[in-house]
Amino acid sequence: MSKKIKAAIVGPGNIGMDLMYKLIDSKYIELDSVIGIDPNSNGLRLARENGFKTFHTGLEAIIGNKDIKIVFDATSAKAHLKHAEMLKNDNKIAIDLTPAAVGPYVVPPVNFDENVDSININMVTCGGQATIPIVAAINEVADVEYAEIVATISSKSAGPGTRQNIDEFTETTSKAIEKVGGAKKGKAIIILNPAEPPIIMRDTVHVKVANPDEKAINDAVINMVSKVKEYVPGYQLKVPPIIDGDKVTVMLEVEGAGAFLPKYSGNLDIMTAAAKAAGEKIAQRLLEKE
Amino acid sequence: MGKKIRIVDTTLRDGMHAVAHQFTPEDMAEIALKLDEAGVDTIEVSHGDGLGGSSFQYGFAAASDQEYLEAVSKVLKRSKLAVLLLPGIGTQEHLEMAAQYGAKVARIATHVTEADVGEQHIKLAKKLGMEAIGFLMMSHMVDKEKVVEQAKLFESYGADTIYVTDSAGALAPNEVRERIEAVKKAVSVPIGHHAHNNLGLAIANSLAAIEAGADIVDGTCKGLGAGAGNAQLEVLAAVLNKLGYETGIDLYKIMDVADDIVAPKMKRPQVIDKNSLSIGYAGTYGSFLLHALRASEKFGVDARDILIEMGRRKTVGGQEDMIVDVAYELSKKNQMIDKTGLQIG
Repeated sequence: MSKKIKAAIVGPGNIGMDLMYKLIDSKYIELDSVIGIDPNSNGLRLARENGFKTFHTGLEAIIGNKDIKIVFDATSAKAHLKHAEMLKNDNKIAIDLTPAAVGPYVVPPVNFDENVDSININMVTCGGQATIPIVAAINEVADVEYAEIVATISSKSAGPGTRQNIDEFTETTSKAIEKVGGAKKGKAIIILNPAEPPIIMRDTVHVKVANPDEKAINDAVINMVSKVKEYVPGYQLKVPPIIDGDKVTVMLEVEGAGAFLPKYSGNLDIMTAAAKAAGEKIAQRLLEKE
Repeated sequence: MGKKIRIVDTTLRDGMHAVAHQFTPEDMAEIALKLDEAGVDTIEVSHGDGLGGSSFQYGFAAASDQEYLEAVSKVLKRSKLAVLLLPGIGTQEHLEMAAQYGAKVARIATHVTEADVGEQHIKLAKKLGMEAIGFLMMSHMVDKEKVVEQAKLFESYGADTIYVTDSAGALAPNEVRERIEAVKKAVSVPIGHHAHNNLGLAIANSLAAIEAGADIVDGTCKGLGAGAGNAQLEVLAAVLNKLGYETGIDLYKIMDVADDIVAPKMKRPQVIDKNSLSIGYAGTYGSFLLHALRASEKFGVDARDILIEMGRRKTVGGQEDMIVDVAYELSKKNQMIDKTGLQIG
């Protein structure tokens, strides 16, 4: 077996656990530890059952452990502000799944290469991971003046963190549509739907373009969908680009892999899948350097 | 003297749906001035989908939120200026802006099962010194126990008032009554009702709400609003007046605003037609109407099929993008039928 880079997850909630199950079969990452603050939490119990080291004393537990090179933070924005500083001082790379955005926004198929040497990267939001690749792909061929995305997720897949701070989603996603997607102006809308059985995450991308070349847009979108599919198998083009004057509309559906969380929560799946994809690229690079 | 009923006019918010959000700030100022003179207690001004609603998803408005609020705030003397905000569409930044332009009432609208996404906005509205209203949309989709649970959540965040809203115009008077009665019993703040006329019941439902204990009801001049529109304000004022309720509204003056100021600005008659009736019948969000008509034309499918399918899929307010998705799927299905020759020619 080839050598792998050791990593840890801090925050054993839904996102942390889904990521844990995804990292089990990673080619480049060896998950070493899972860190929480409650020894009796379900997450730490699952981590123990899966043979990982667990700590319930917070991130301090692995500070100084030189073997762990990458830490995935699935806690909260507030906690990450503290963690970011600790990880930086300990020479660990942080992959931030919270909305803290200490480091640059990263959407793997769009701008990973630009941020390959960053010591802290932020995974934006679920809606951002699902839609920004499409905005960027259209921008490449048609010059996006305005991009608006609508993410509809099942109520069941929106945790208390998202609910109590829903503005964080709209604001972060809007900014990343501009910074990463390349739109001159970005807007994000999120809708929670309580239907039972829960709906699968769906995303709509509306853009206004300077150059509505139908074939170029179609090709760019289809090509990008297949790139995202490489790390999010449940990512699907629901309605191919509808071009109406200078307006282009694309509809997507994201079904989760069902590793830990149910399949309808594609919104959580795409976050952990993107974090894993970014983590693997970083690990690969670290291995090349060795 | 009869019981005092507070009236909230939403011609300049829900009415925006009926004109595809194309009122100008001047239109709004002209209407608002007359509503104020007619004695309307509260006047709501926003894009039809609330602050920040101007978008591809819901339609771009003729002007910005700021321009509308500025124009209306300048002419109001007695009426309170209100705004609507749907968390997920609008943000706290919009609320701060609205407060700067003199908005005194913030209606925080969530789907009837999702009040907790409005916690931060209710709290901010209170901090900004505004009256905070928790506005529970699509209340026909759940039973009264669920409405009560969510109303209590809003009350716990500090909401001054709770609305039980029939966004789809799908409730019958007895169903309004049981929801209002249950909420009235469970919370200690005033209760409001916002009706839609898709089943021809907006006035009857407003009355049922008042009889069940509601303190506030909404209406719009000429009934202008999403779907078949809202409770027609001048009619509501006349009915309440006749029954001895105190609304503070001058009946002749409100009739004049409706017929002389609002009617000439209308783009289409506000009636119950086959499509708006389908909305009420299927329990679909009222604002879907014009979007469904456009998609019907683009994809060559019956708007009623789109609206009823939207209801079947249990869509909620804000899911306008799904209309295109549904219309696209229905058109594909029709093509399949054409190709396989299954359709009876």
